[in-house]
Amino acid sequence: MMGLWEWITDMGNSKIVALLLFMSTFIGVVIFLFSNRRRAQKFETYRYIPLDDDDSHREPVARRDKTESDEQ
Amino acid sequence: MSQAATTAGAAPAASVATSEQYNYAIIKRFAIAAILWGVFGMAAGVWIASQLAFPFLNFDIAQITFGRFRPVHTSAVIFGFGGNALFATSYYIVQRTCQTRLWSDSMASFTFYGWNLALILGVITYMMGITQGREYAEFNWQIDIIILVVWVAYFMVFLMTLLRRNQPHIYVANWFFMAFILATALLHIFNNIQVPVGLFHPHSYSIFSGVQDAMTQWWYGHNAVGFFLTAAFLGMMYYFVPKQAGRPIYSYKLSIIHFWALVFLYMWVGAHHLHWTALPDWVSTLAATFSILLLLPSWGGMINGIMTLSGAWDKLRTDPIMLFLITALAFYGMSTFEGPMMSLKSVNALSHYTDWTVGHVHSGALGWVAMITFGSLYHLIPRLWNVNLFSLKLVYVHFFLATIGIVLYITAMWVAGIGQGLMLRAFDQYGNLAYTFTESVVFLHKPYVVRAIGGGFFLAGMLIMAFNIAMTVRSGIKAEAREAQAASAEARTA
Repeated sequence: MMGLWEWITDMGNSKIVALLLFMSTFIGVVIFLFSNRRRAQKFETYRYIPLDDDDSHREPVARRDKTESDEQ
Repeated sequence: MSQAATTAGAAPAASVATSEQYNYAIIKRFAIAAILWGVFGMAAGVWIASQLAFPFLNFDIAQITFGRFRPVHTSAVIFGFGGNALFATSYYIVQRTCQTRLWSDSMASFTFYGWNLALILGVITYMMGITQGREYAEFNWQIDIIILVVWVAYFMVFLMTLLRRNQPHIYVANWFFMAFILATALLHIFNNIQVPVGLFHPHSYSIFSGVQDAMTQWWYGHNAVGFFLTAAFLGMMYYFVPKQAGRPIYSYKLSIIHFWALVFLYMWVGAHHLHWTALPDWVSTLAATFSILLLLPSWGGMINGIMTLSGAWDKLRTDPIMLFLITALAFYGMSTFEGPMMSLKSVNALSHYTDWTVGHVHSGALGWVAMITFGSLYHLIPRLWNVNLFSLKLVYVHFFLATIGIVLYITAMWVAGIGQGLMLRAFDQYGNLAYTFTESVVFLHKPYVVRAIGGGFFLAGMLIMAFNIAMTVRSGIKAEAREAQAASAEARTA
């Protein structure tokens, strides 16, 4: 365990550490977005947020998906 | 004409409630400041472009020579025009999408006065010949400290407003703004670590030296492009394109991938400004590789913005504000293709130290940054003053002047840059340079004249916008005064 920590903190390995860290986080974000269908659909409802507070640009209610604020 | 393009939107009564619910006063100030800085900064740009074509325009006045006036131009357009527009739109978007008022009115006011004071001091000191000599960070160390304090206040206002939101989800535009605020703080601090000559002395020395200093400078320089001129304006795009189109963004999932890919990749690419220098070769290769990878999120974002109009392309025929926003995205796509291409070492060997780089910067700065800002301000300002835009025809005139100006500018710089690069690399049969440096300067004269004309077109559009906005604001102020008069008369009668 100590050996692994020393390897991580060695500046010579910083490129590999950074690559692993950023790449795995990014892949994690993509998996998080697409792994659950309900979650993916919920995310898409957020795109209506800018249109929620302006009467002149509000789409007819029937055409809108349900937003999180509607559910609450 | 499209109704969405012409009307301020809400009914007067609703708008009064809105302006009380939200802090619009600070947004109005920043929006007007953006336009004033835009006129000044672009005029300075046209002036120095003309000086390069006709050097007698120096008039032997040291304060307005190219060397001193160039940072005046870049700081005025990037931080004056772009910065004030970003403060205005970020304060507007965070309030509207979080459905809450800005956290602190006084601190928001402080950011306005502090930011603009720093810029005015910058312009004065540059003209006096006081500069740190770091591109896009020429402010001397005392001004750097003012900017730092203002930026911390901005961060606090934005963060605290997000924390007290009434909307459970933080809309993606705010993510881009938050990344821009945090990254800019990081860049500003590390690029400006300086040892002052004295407490009351304007000059200072960088703590870094040699290739590390160059590396820090371009880590800052390219990330200023990435986070100040790209991420923040994408925040603007993710709000104003759907708003003006009256349709939600094409894909919210794509916007999340766009965000994370962009913030992970941008930090690595700065070293592509230092190809073929004393920089280690692996750093150069790493920067070029990440630059190529950046094409994917950049085009993902562009497609997401443009496809928002899917099914409503007719708006481009009827709405000049939509024209500005969509053309901005097209230029965003173009310049984010050109950038990675120029970061390839073989292409860079030809393009670097030539005017091709200047043309590339301006296709991004004029085509993307300025066009998206124009579209956003044309949408925003009538809503702030609750009036219709003074003239939509003038918006069309502005659009075509700006577009012609950009095309003239970038084609002139392609000709200048590629020609210059080829001349400087040409050898005769004996291995001697085929052209002298003076011959390359003579060759540049015509493209420089065309560039100055292109800049003149763009400036003319900006002046028309300033007139259109001034008339719009004037009618808004008059309408407000009439309403106040009517209300007081009603109160007297009651």
